[in-house]
Amino acid sequence: MQYVIDVTKLTPEELRAKIHELAKEGKRIDGRAPDQHRPVRLEVGVLPNADGSALVAYGDTVAVAAVYGPREVHPRHLALPDRAILRVRYHMTPFSTHDERKRPEPTRREIEISKILREALEPVILLEQFPRTSIDVFIEIIQADGSTRVASITAASLALADAGIPMRDLVVGVSIGKIGDLVIVDLNRYEDAYGDGDMPIAVMCRRGLVTLLQADGQWTTEEIEKGLELAFRAAENIYRMMRDALKSKYIEASKIYQQ
Amino acid sequence: MSSVSITQQPEILPQLRKETIKKIVEQGKRSDGRGHLDFRNVVLHVNPIKTADGSAIVSLGNTKVVAGVKVGVGAPYPDTPDEGALIVNLETPPLAAPTIEPGPPDENAIEIARVVDRTIRHSNFLDFKSLCIVPKKFVYILWVDLYVLNHDGNLYDAACMAAVAALASTTLPKVEIEQEQPKIIREERIPLKVNPENLPLTITFVKISNSILADPTLEEENICDSRITIGISNNKVVSIQKTIGTFTIDDIKNIMRKSIELYGKLKETVLKAIMNPDRELRL
Repeated sequence: MQYVIDVTKLTPEELRAKIHELAKEGKRIDGRAPDQHRPVRLEVGVLPNADGSALVAYGDTVAVAAVYGPREVHPRHLALPDRAILRVRYHMTPFSTHDERKRPEPTRREIEISKILREALEPVILLEQFPRTSIDVFIEIIQADGSTRVASITAASLALADAGIPMRDLVVGVSIGKIGDLVIVDLNRYEDAYGDGDMPIAVMCRRGLVTLLQADGQWTTEEIEKGLELAFRAAENIYRMMRDALKSKYIEASKIYQQ
Repeated sequence: MSSVSITQQPEILPQLRKETIKKIVEQGKRSDGRGHLDFRNVVLHVNPIKTADGSAIVSLGNTKVVAGVKVGVGAPYPDTPDEGALIVNLETPPLAAPTIEPGPPDENAIEIARVVDRTIRHSNFLDFKSLCIVPKKFVYILWVDLYVLNHDGNLYDAACMAAVAALASTTLPKVEIEQEQPKIIREERIPLKVNPENLPLTITFVKISNSILADPTLEEENICDSRITIGISNNKVVSIQKTIGTFTIDDIKNIMRKSIELYGKLKETVLKAIMNPDRELRL
């Protein structure tokens, strides 16, 4: 990632001050506009063993998702008679952060994120079409630079579609943040660490529904409304890219077939 | 697979009862006689536990949560060398409901504890710098342990209220440094500095039959279409956690407005209870 200043030469306090100083002029340390998302890279079908898979990169944040199922549930008592169960695991690899090695066992943070990701995906999947089965979504963060949970949602959504699991819509994850009074889209790790608020959002684009919403920091109601508006706009672009990524897999396959 | 989040087994509720609850909601009422935005009766006993450094027992209707604070001394986090630490933990022991099995905190308990932690942390209710003893070496650590004694829905708001009231009643033991080691003198105490103006509280809403209801009972939580918790401090939003289903943007705007209105009333109740501590231990 390119920064407008040399971040390696600053102490955390100086970096915090610099980020806030830039925000007053409506600027960001990586040179983006407040409503500008980092480059998004989407790939589907990246893991041959999975029924569906996807890689999603938001700048330097990289999430890989695999979907297995619908398949038999083990242990069997977890199965539901009228629909599929959804199992979601979000996990960060030990080498994914800029800090010291992260211990591989799941943290309280990862357990919470797994839960809210499941609750963001459940309303979207037609679980009632697969009673007594399980649909499993496993997500690994390979490289983290902020906004990992929203990149995970996008990856999970793509992997589910790639697995051919019927859904009401595609879900798109976008993070919103705030530095001073400036509301920004898609936080990098510095904006996450030194900003004044963080609001991950996931939306069903075609239906205008919010399926994941969290926030911390200090927000006025106006700032939250502004954040939601920016998130929907950013999500719309990513949604189009997701559709293209899903289609391109078949376009490429048909080209090979024609040859 | 222990770290996987799994679709929860729905609570068994007769179809007839489900439909009746929805019908009553559609008529603008609720099955326990409340209006859509009414909280259940709040009873707060502040500082009743003599063995804790601060405590509170909260009843929100039939939901009961006890909070105990124990103050420790330890090393600060490296990124905040001159600030104390807050550690929130919530347990749902099997005495709280017939469906609860004994075991370590599950994802629900972890999530509630983390939402309460974030809500308090971002509210400026606590002055973390005032918890520093020797920068980089020794700081006060506030251990907040929340125990659910009776689960009848909306654990988020009951737990947050209990944690905040317990912190407001907390006193810090004196600490002296002897030969580079901290010595805790439990007999000499000073009150923990809090800012009552920024009192943090969460307000939880569920959506049933397109109506927004505040402070859901367990039965309402079990049949709701969606659920969201908003943390407020001094009329600012300090945390949000959507936990079930989906919301439209209009729902969210509406809920923000309502949560700030409800915050004002609830804050008064909590502040009044904090002013009148209760040394007798009653549930």
